[in-house]
Amino acid sequence: MQKYLARRFLLALVTLLAVSLIIFIMSRVSGDPRHIYLDDYSTEEDWIRMGEVLGLDKPYYQQYGLFLKGAIIGDFGESVSEGRPVTEVVLERAPATLQLGIVAFTFSLLIGVPLGILSAVKRGTTMDAFGKMVALIGQSAPPFWLGIMLMFFFAVNLGILPPYGKQDWNSIILPAVTLGWYYAAANLRLVRSAMLDVLDSEYIKLARAKGVNSRTIVLKHAFRNALIPPLTFAGVTLGALVTGSLVVETVFAWPGLGRLAIDALFGFDYPLLQGVVITFTLLYVTAAFVVDVLYAYVDPRIRYA
Amino acid sequence: MAADLSGIVIAPPTRRARAAGIYRQLRRLPVIPVLLLSLVVFAGIFAPLISPHDPEKGELRERNLPPVWGSGEKSVKNVVERLSISERKTSVTLKDAQQIVPTAQVGDQIEIFTKPKGSTKFLLGTDHLGRDVLSRVIYGARISLIVSVITLAVGGSIGIVMGLAAGWYGGFIDEFLMRLVDIKLAIPLILIALVLVITLGQSLWIIVTVLCLFIWPRFARQVRGEVLQLKHMDYVSLAKVSGASTARILFIHIFPGTINTLIVVATLQVGIVILLESTLSFLGAGVPPPTPAWGSMVSDGRDKLAGGVWWISTFPGVAIMLTVMSLNLFGDWLRDTLDPRLRQLE
Repeated sequence: MQKYLARRFLLALVTLLAVSLIIFIMSRVSGDPRHIYLDDYSTEEDWIRMGEVLGLDKPYYQQYGLFLKGAIIGDFGESVSEGRPVTEVVLERAPATLQLGIVAFTFSLLIGVPLGILSAVKRGTTMDAFGKMVALIGQSAPPFWLGIMLMFFFAVNLGILPPYGKQDWNSIILPAVTLGWYYAAANLRLVRSAMLDVLDSEYIKLARAKGVNSRTIVLKHAFRNALIPPLTFAGVTLGALVTGSLVVETVFAWPGLGRLAIDALFGFDYPLLQGVVITFTLLYVTAAFVVDVLYAYVDPRIRYA
Repeated sequence: MAADLSGIVIAPPTRRARAAGIYRQLRRLPVIPVLLLSLVVFAGIFAPLISPHDPEKGELRERNLPPVWGSGEKSVKNVVERLSISERKTSVTLKDAQQIVPTAQVGDQIEIFTKPKGSTKFLLGTDHLGRDVLSRVIYGARISLIVSVITLAVGGSIGIVMGLAAGWYGGFIDEFLMRLVDIKLAIPLILIALVLVITLGQSLWIIVTVLCLFIWPRFARQVRGEVLQLKHMDYVSLAKVSGASTARILFIHIFPGTINTLIVVATLQVGIVILLESTLSFLGAGVPPPTPAWGSMVSDGRDKLAGGVWWISTFPGVAIMLTVMSLNLFGDWLRDTLDPRLRQLE
């Protein structure tokens, strides 16, 4: 168990290193960072001084070392467009993304799990067909398009929800539904197939033979064991929701990290971009690690391997 | 003594029985998805022949026209100004509704379209630059097709070779490749892809390269698993004993055993590639405009929605959704037919 966790932890570290290396190389490939900081009116002297401040006079591997050192203590330099420390900007935007992620996650569970149980129990009925439809749309419709369609229908045509931005409590509904639908579909499929497997097992048949009522069988005997696959998937979802926010925040102009990343990317604000990408990766890797721990906890075969 | 059966002739199945058999086989074939997929492939290949207009050129005068069934909106307006360009023409100055009525005088009331009517010239309407939406959707199929075919061929081959090597040699190579796969799974890939495409330059080739990074691990994992099972088979040992080279064993003896699974994986991956490509182009990191790609078309129409111009975004999105949906359904069917073992995996 400890060996397993140590390995996963090491992997998380390597992942972070790999991403930091990619993003560092990209920021250098895109050109000398001095071009973004200095304008046409700067002198040769400014140019050299800036190079010293940013450490550009040193060889590349030392520059990367400096970048890493900064990243570890949370110092990514100053954002070009905002003129403030990157960490400050990132921390300011993070809550909006987390809120959106949590609401979308809750939505995906609230829709996916009950529908999954119902489709499994009432297999082959209209209910099952409805569940299949929801799952199929969730897996096939690109989230950016789904978001636009929901926006058109509920905000433009019916006018009952705000189309974009983050003002009232109800402005989170459309982005969260858009973001959560895919994962609701995935949860639905997972719960359904796990439930079908469990419902077919011997101990359920025994319970039926003993005359336990079917409500108890479904909710107490079957459901608990059918929870393992969606539970482990849940952790992966949390990480993926963070990336999904890139698209959804762009569609709904949601002031979170996803939009910050897009703005930084198209504004060539590399210090900010580095900060956001590292933050995203950190969230992602942490979620994956938590899943690994949970997985080992839930499944004894891994614990003792 | 056995009964003499020589006189018994087994009747050939009647025509009805044979038809019933064929029907039984076909019944499970996902007809609609297969038809839709053929349509997409056909549209992609023959785009220049079947698209009614040039997808990249449009008349600004014909912008934002609704689909053919759009009825438009008429209302009565006062003529407030005479255009001085030509004395014989009078125009109603309303921002989006201008109509030329030669006889009208200032102060007259005339009935005009405040929202344009659809015409058979543009079956699915036109976009904000007056380009035909239908033609753009057809040409968009071409981009999706090119991207997914190349990505699948290159990324799939890389994944297959990696998987074969990892499964066959084991040890360090296996460990290294599988950790690479793990790292790929633990990275927010869309974000990295965006950064790569924007930094290295928006071109078809860079997009394809980035997409290859996405899909090879799925193939590598699948092939590795299969190789681990197959390499202990007797026929593989026999091939080894008879002096076949490793390359021969891997590609002639083991690889064919993995093809069934690979076809299924490939079908499902195409859907993922199409979704990813359209996501990239929606975010502005796709094939550069004016080349029509489904994702960027959805993005084009986004800020026109508030004015009720829904068709620019809707149709390309429907195209993506139907294509991916068909691929999923077709893939599910293939899986059940070719390789029931995979059923639990996805």
